[in-house]
Amino acid sequence: MLKQIEGSRAVAEAVALCRPEVICAYPISPQTHIVEALGEMVKSEKLAPCEFINVESEFAAMSVAIGASATGARAYTATASQGLLFMVEAVYNASGLGLPIVMTVANRAIGAPINIWNDHSDSLSQRDSGWMQLFAETNQEALDLHIQAFKLAEELSLPVMVCMDGFILTHAYEQVDMPTQQQVDSFLPPYEPRQVLDPREPVSIGAMVGPEAFMEVRYLAHAKQMQALERIPQLAAEFKQVFGRDSGGLTHTYRAEDAETMVVAMGSVLGTIKDTVDEMRDDGHRIGVLGITSFRPFPLAQVRAALQNARRVVVLEKSLAVGIGGILATDVRMAMSHLHVPGYTVVAGLGGRAITRKSLHRLFREAEQDALQPLTFLDLDWDVVNKQLARERAVRRSGPAAENILRDIGTVASKIA
Amino acid sequence: MFELRIHGRGGQGVVTAAEMFSVAAFAEGRNAQAFPSFGSERTGAPVVSFCRIADSEIRLREPVMEPDAIIIQDTTLLHQVDVFAGLKKDGYILLNTSRSFDELGLSDLVDGRPIERLCTIAATEIALKHIGRPIPNVPLIAGFAALSDLIRLESVVKAIGEKFHGKVAEGNIAAATEAYNLIKARIAEAIQHA
Repeated sequence: MLKQIEGSRAVAEAVALCRPEVICAYPISPQTHIVEALGEMVKSEKLAPCEFINVESEFAAMSVAIGASATGARAYTATASQGLLFMVEAVYNASGLGLPIVMTVANRAIGAPINIWNDHSDSLSQRDSGWMQLFAETNQEALDLHIQAFKLAEELSLPVMVCMDGFILTHAYEQVDMPTQQQVDSFLPPYEPRQVLDPREPVSIGAMVGPEAFMEVRYLAHAKQMQALERIPQLAAEFKQVFGRDSGGLTHTYRAEDAETMVVAMGSVLGTIKDTVDEMRDDGHRIGVLGITSFRPFPLAQVRAALQNARRVVVLEKSLAVGIGGILATDVRMAMSHLHVPGYTVVAGLGGRAITRKSLHRLFREAEQDALQPLTFLDLDWDVVNKQLARERAVRRSGPAAENILRDIGTVASKIA
Repeated sequence: MFELRIHGRGGQGVVTAAEMFSVAAFAEGRNAQAFPSFGSERTGAPVVSFCRIADSEIRLREPVMEPDAIIIQDTTLLHQVDVFAGLKKDGYILLNTSRSFDELGLSDLVDGRPIERLCTIAATEIALKHIGRPIPNVPLIAGFAALSDLIRLESVVKAIGEKFHGKVAEGNIAAATEAYNLIKARIAEAIQHA
């Protein structure tokens, strides 16, 4: 049924249709609306049987999800930013133990400086945690990916993060097609765990493993993610059969035929990029888009195939690997080993900086002329940066950088973007 | 694509206004997108929300930089925020005030703009009368529906029914209806005098 609702609400309703048995969460912006809505559904018994457990921290949230999943329950949680960092030790345990928890990450920047707005720093910091990571472009896709995520996680006994842009998607009202319970039930079978903590058939989970077997256990985690590379496109096809729409998969190309310039990105910014590319195509520019849905596992072969005929590749990412540049860009370069195609890394939208069509037009035109630096910070205010650098050169006790810059800029919230 | 930007302060229902307007547009079979300015919501702080309406899928995620219309819920923002930034030459302006554009010192701004697209309305008073709280968002979006002819009153009423229930819904519907009719009458008058 078509509905005009908030992204968080849409995800909450989709998660409820997946019949989770335990939901545990600790509120943090911009994820809060999702678990609030689920809490209401459990309380009103619209979602039953399900236990909603309020916990004292994100570390506890993931620990409860681990415990619940180990008893054979379908477990769900959600977090963002500092909350994800706070649960990290348990995040690695969930994947290391092979527990198919599904977690929404409402992507948000990481402090300091503290910032509640969107970028991809939080989930990308967990790229090696053993969790799969699927990125949604729209609220429809966010909703759909959750339904696919439970099936993927449970088949492979590996946890999945569904990543959706904080505020930009979580707080946006837009049209979504909400599936029926019958559709979700026919797609997602009941959870059949590989391992269960059950007093009637006692086992232990979480053994200490020494040098004699640790490598093998870790390799198996990698092998499972390689299986996921095959399974994710199949799940998208099965999903289409039941729900009648394209959602998920590893990657998607847009207007990539004969493209000389290919732009690679993840998440909701793909919408703005596609609008920009349409306008440039109308003006005769040969430019196309590669959207990456599955960041982990990373689809090296599909990325390579999509980019190998391009004359240049621009990776636009909402993340920064301090000291080198791009995170996504590094993975894309790996996919393009031995291809002689120039690559440009563009760090954009950090901490909620708006990524506009106007800036993208300028950026893509510079790329077409190969006038971009290997690493570009989109819309960086150099005056602000240089002023602070000058201050640091002038005096030893130059003070905290963030506070200095805020004073230089003046009134907060007086601009539109 | 029609792009609306709403300025107000935390606690005035700025975000809800954009959401409800999108729900009203959806009720008429259009594609709509509403989102807030992503600030930390604090009572009294400047808040911006956006609403896009189109007949095809809306993919754009940037803030509304060049709006077709601006609603200002709180005129004290005129001295704090560049509320008219990027407004199109033939754009709509709806201000929540009992005063006129001239009285607010906005004569230069409105000069040369189509008068049938400019309007002020004492939405806070209408809200106090019908809802009992100084939250001007619903009369403003209903008034804007009248000013722009973009959305029918019954769609606004439908959106109110999705958001509120019982007495609160009734009060909001009464406020919306009064604002809608008032602005329809004002435009007719303005055109007659022009």
